[in-house]
Amino acid sequence: MQNIYLAIPLAPLFGAIVAGLFGRKIGRTASHVVTIAGVGIAFFLSLIVFNHIVINEAPAYNGTVYTWMISNGINFEIGFLVDKLTAMMLIVVTFVSLMVHIYTIGYMRDDPGYQRFFSYIALFTFSMLMLVMSNNFLQLFFGWEAVGLVSYLLIGFWYTRPTAIYANLKAFLVNRVGDFGFLLGIAAIVAYSGSLDYAEVFKQAPAMSGQTIQIFAGYEWSVITVICILLFIGAMGKSAQVPLHVWLPDSMEGPTPISALIHAATMVTAGIYMVARMSPLFELSETALTFVLVIGATTALFMGLLGLIQNDIKRVVAYSTLSQLGYMTVALGVSAYSVGVFHLMTHAFFKALLFLAAGSVIIAMHHEQDMRKMGGLRKYMPITWITSLIGSLALIGTPGFAGFYSKDAIISAVGESSLPGSGYAYFAVLAGVFITALYSFRMYFLVFHGKERMDDHTREHLHECSRVVTWPLIALAIPSVVIGAIYVDQMAFGGFFGSAIYVADAHMISSEVAHHFSSWGGLILHSLSDFPVYLAAAGVFTAWFLYMKRPDIPAVIQQKLSFIYKLLENKYYFDKFNEIVFAGGSRMIGGLFFRFGDTKLIDGLIVNGSAKTIGWFSGVVRKIQTGYLYHYAFTMIFGLLLLLTWVVFR
Amino acid sequence: MLFGLDILSTLIWLPIIGGLVVLAAGEKRARILSLIVAVATFLFSFTLYTQFDMTTAAMQFTELHAWIPAFNINYQLGVDGISMPLIILTSFTTVLVILSAWEVIKKKPDQYMAAFLIMEGVMIGVFSSMDAILFYVFWEAMLIPMFLIIGVWGGPNRVYATIKFFLYTFLGSVLMLVALIYMGLKEDSFSILAFHTLPLTITEQIYIFLAFLLAFAVKVPMWPVHTWLPDAHVEAPTGGSVILAAIMLKIGGYGFLRFSLPITPDASSTLDWLIITLSLIAIVYIGFVALAQKDMKKLIAYSSIAHMGFVTLGFFLVFMIIENTGSANGAAMGVEGGIVQMISHGFISAAMFLCVGVLYDRMHSREMGDYGGVANTMPIFAAFMVFFAMANAGLPGTSGFVGEFMVILNSFKANFWIAFLAATTLILGAAYTLWMVKRVVYGEVANEKVEALEDLNAREFFILGVLASAVLFFGLYPAPLTEILHSSVNHLLQHISVSKL
Repeated sequence: MQNIYLAIPLAPLFGAIVAGLFGRKIGRTASHVVTIAGVGIAFFLSLIVFNHIVINEAPAYNGTVYTWMISNGINFEIGFLVDKLTAMMLIVVTFVSLMVHIYTIGYMRDDPGYQRFFSYIALFTFSMLMLVMSNNFLQLFFGWEAVGLVSYLLIGFWYTRPTAIYANLKAFLVNRVGDFGFLLGIAAIVAYSGSLDYAEVFKQAPAMSGQTIQIFAGYEWSVITVICILLFIGAMGKSAQVPLHVWLPDSMEGPTPISALIHAATMVTAGIYMVARMSPLFELSETALTFVLVIGATTALFMGLLGLIQNDIKRVVAYSTLSQLGYMTVALGVSAYSVGVFHLMTHAFFKALLFLAAGSVIIAMHHEQDMRKMGGLRKYMPITWITSLIGSLALIGTPGFAGFYSKDAIISAVGESSLPGSGYAYFAVLAGVFITALYSFRMYFLVFHGKERMDDHTREHLHECSRVVTWPLIALAIPSVVIGAIYVDQMAFGGFFGSAIYVADAHMISSEVAHHFSSWGGLILHSLSDFPVYLAAAGVFTAWFLYMKRPDIPAVIQQKLSFIYKLLENKYYFDKFNEIVFAGGSRMIGGLFFRFGDTKLIDGLIVNGSAKTIGWFSGVVRKIQTGYLYHYAFTMIFGLLLLLTWVVFR
Repeated sequence: MLFGLDILSTLIWLPIIGGLVVLAAGEKRARILSLIVAVATFLFSFTLYTQFDMTTAAMQFTELHAWIPAFNINYQLGVDGISMPLIILTSFTTVLVILSAWEVIKKKPDQYMAAFLIMEGVMIGVFSSMDAILFYVFWEAMLIPMFLIIGVWGGPNRVYATIKFFLYTFLGSVLMLVALIYMGLKEDSFSILAFHTLPLTITEQIYIFLAFLLAFAVKVPMWPVHTWLPDAHVEAPTGGSVILAAIMLKIGGYGFLRFSLPITPDASSTLDWLIITLSLIAIVYIGFVALAQKDMKKLIAYSSIAHMGFVTLGFFLVFMIIENTGSANGAAMGVEGGIVQMISHGFISAAMFLCVGVLYDRMHSREMGDYGGVANTMPIFAAFMVFFAMANAGLPGTSGFVGEFMVILNSFKANFWIAFLAATTLILGAAYTLWMVKRVVYGEVANEKVEALEDLNAREFFILGVLASAVLFFGLYPAPLTEILHSSVNHLLQHISVSKL
């Protein structure tokens, strides 16, 4: 098995290197063949691993590949941990990646950077696999930053567009703010446990929880709380939680396939995966869990609201992603790690589907993304239409679809929680259900139903996309329907993940609630007597009423509630605040330090100042050295006179 | 001994004599001759690695000849795990510098190349001297070729820059000479190893420490004696900038390890807050200053200062860690991290300056405002530039990450806030480096000059390719480097954890 584990990340890496370094020589077809083959092999091997670890219940693998270095007696290693959590992530990453690779053949067909694009997405797959397979914090951080790098390269893929290169710089820097916390968290772990290895750190975690650290004089903080919050700051950057969410909507400047792969299905869920992986640490700090819960709930509700007013089809899906990441984070906050990861999985499928479907619409519309110029696409693009509908139904949690099971589990878990802030979170996730349904079906109706608002030229050329585009849609639609029902009994509150996830007894959900999730059919019946389903239905109905039945009303609402509309349109002023305070502030401080500190003070006053002082002094002294004999004679006589006077009159 | 030659002496004198031969041979054969000398020195320096004994902290490849017996001054050479990698870095970088000048330097190429070869020998002399006076002679001799390189082949404001460079560094080193003579008279020997065990009172130690500090702080350079560096870099020709950033700055860091820490451990312990504060200022303050730059070379120069802040920070964490944990065992990572950072910065800053050189040769401008959209016309160059920029921003998988990572991890052991401030480099370093990339590499083609740019030629591709391989190799597998360091660093830490009082 060891060779298989090694081959899983290396196969895509090989593809990336070949397509990246020799792409021009081997041409377009060979480039996509080699990268797709690489990812395909990784997917196939992941299936074998899944079969081995999950179905055959083989014990988890934990081994070193090579020792990166040794310092202070601490081993810095590259190594793999393959347990059930990893096995599931492998399937999600390689499957979605494979679909996106195939889809890209169609989407990027006319792009001059075709080979480069394939190289990047294969490299991304490698990085993401290294991240999820890691058994230590060094490799985790490597994967963490590497996916950030590829995300940077891909958001700025069309590097001549000013908006794209603005967005990629912003994404990288905001992520770096998260990584700043993440790295400090790792440093804290090393300082207190003396190891980078997950297993060793988890073993020492209970001992660490007793220790305290003084960050501000006089305040003793629990080490574990500090570690968990620092690590979670990293997750907030990568998984785009408020207030580090600002990069994700802008990342839509990248080509749509990567929005699906990186900014919906995989990379942004790295934070969720990391926290779930770190559950033995987070379980020891209720303070950290509360922090996670409140941040997640805020993201889930308030980012969803922003989706309501977007007109760009990709941005709607982007805000929906933010909101759903908030849901996952909420699940982590209430110690329902496996539920969070379950939602991660279902979301990966239906959100990748929604993005790729949006991309399909964008191709057909000749790269028009404004939904106000769409409408009635249903009859031109039947496959895109039906798969989008499936994706939307899954997203809003329609009973029977994948999203239903995971979202319902999250809501139940929050309802059970007694953490401080869980009341707020419960309200947020419930309100979120209505809002999710509203923005999803607003988009659905605006794009696929109603009046055809595009110009004639576009309408004449409207047709369904080629098979490389539609097949991945179909392939993703299938799990978007069935995957929830298949795994709900094991993943939601069952023991699917085994020892990979640890939940303290005090945080366990009651067996009565867990019982509802033991059979998928029973859960559907149970849900009909419960609140969320009707909220979702109300959302769909509202969307239909506002955008199909009475399209005149939204404008009126917008006018009546102009204050709120303005707030939403400006995205709660986060961007403006960051632009002025952080970006502008740093530039100002930099300029100030440079002009006054370096140029005026050090160089002007001290360095050149001392040179000038010496020059001035020499100038004064030079005046004595005139070179005229009578000056010297006069000085001598004058001196002699003074001397004599002193001798005589003393 | 190899082929009956003393290795270190050969490494010092081969390039110096080679440089003189190049001078004598004249312009026509200067290039190929210099390349042969540089490559030969590089290959020969590798024997240091192959024959190196990693298990001992003692000096290796030692040589001892009387020089000025009246004062007990000897021609004494030797290397340990700290200096050996720096010597190989020197000979490696010189080859690249000779190559980078190939077609570019049209004015007196023989003298230009000879200056670099002589410089190489002198710098290797600095790293291998085990006698304080010999060290000092090499240390000062180093200034002469660099003075000429900037003064003759430099930019329009070169005279100001050279004088500033010379006076700054000279001012610092004079006090060091006083300290060395003081100890030499006291010990009746100028052997550096003898200085290590020389008993000194705390007052003596503090004066000696401060004298060393000024000399080394100027070289590193540390805030606030750093302002010569941006000027020197901006005016220097590409090769000069490369040697300056890749090697000369490291001599300051090396000085702290060879002189300040082992000779004055108690003063180092008393004044460690000073170095740590200055290092953190270098990381944070200089990081902000770098954001405000419009000249690419200045930006990279400031980025160098910030990166060197990690070197000095890593070296001086040890005393706080001893205080917190009661032993010096946990402090090796900081010192090793600082050394790794020195080596890695040698590759990355050299690469960054060479990248700017590639652009400058074509456009004769270093102003970022004159560029934009270079990726459109020079895609291969753009790939290199983005790669090195990422390395400069400390991306894991590149060598730039390793040293910073080690120092940040270790500084948490000393104090949360030190780690906090040091880790801001993650944000600041990325901000100034990638902002430069955005303005230079990305975007629409800015003007006709950019439109007319031609991509890398084979020579440039080779140079950047070699550096990229080195950056990637040590990023993915730093163990070969850290293994060399262990014995020497542990020995150093053992030594300084024992008070001399």
